[in-house]
Amino acid sequence: MDKIRALIVDDSSVMRKIVERSLRQAGIELEKVVEASNGAEALVALQNNAVDLILCDINMPVMDGLEFVRQVATMESAKGIPIVMITTEGSESHVVQALSAGARGYIRKPFTPDQVKEHVLPVLGKKP
Amino acid sequence: MSTDTSFVTRSHEENWLPVLELAVEEVFEIMLGTRVKPVASSEHMPSGEFTAMIGLAGALCGILTVSCDAKTAGQVAKSMLGDTAKSAEEVGDALGEICNMIAGNFKNKLAGTDDRCMLSVPTVISGGEYSLHSLADGNCVETILLFEGAPVAVRLQLQS
Repeated sequence: MDKIRALIVDDSSVMRKIVERSLRQAGIELEKVVEASNGAEALVALQNNAVDLILCDINMPVMDGLEFVRQVATMESAKGIPIVMITTEGSESHVVQALSAGARGYIRKPFTPDQVKEHVLPVLGKKP
Repeated sequence: MSTDTSFVTRSHEENWLPVLELAVEEVFEIMLGTRVKPVASSEHMPSGEFTAMIGLAGALCGILTVSCDAKTAGQVAKSMLGDTAKSAEEVGDALGEICNMIAGNFKNKLAGTDDRCMLSVPTVISGGEYSLHSLADGNCVETILLFEGAPVAVRLQLQS
């Protein structure tokens, strides 16, 4: 698999590290990891960095993950970048809202590296 | 930390205790690689040097807290990150995320509630010299578990 550039969006720096580690444990080689602590920061990061994958929390201050996904959907430069939500919000309505807004995958916290593999590899066009 | 427990009631919400315990056990097992079981609260009471809290609003209205001593909070962060947490901020961040995941896991297990209950972002207090008075003083369920031999208290206070 080619090395990928990932944007990890979570208000917890600890969780951002865990998500990055889980990606590596899933066998995904990372060329670059860009971090943001909320949706607004992530939008700026997207304007300044080319990425192949976005992993995003929902409950964050300033701009939450659902609004971020909606905003990304309107960005021509971000078209086609797969977004996978990683969140404690496990309700059906959150899943529907996220997928309707443009997310391609949904992982509920707490999660295992195997779940990251199962949900992230398909959106990268790979078999889990 | 001191917490007013006089309002603790025995009601049907007590049935939520097994759900809370299961939510706690799953988070510790999946995120920290440790199996934990509830212990008697009379024998093990954490100092509460670190307290993480999450607000719940909507169908469930209240607060969920996770409290432990500083050393245990550091061990939690170390288990999550695989190395020693570098700062008190990182230790608090880790405990806040554990609290966040327990709250989310708990509400996701309550059929019909998960859609109608919102969570706040976590808040973490470090230092034990404070009193916590929640306005959600209707019902309370609490579980104490041992992590690395030290007690961790998980308390859910809900508005009646």
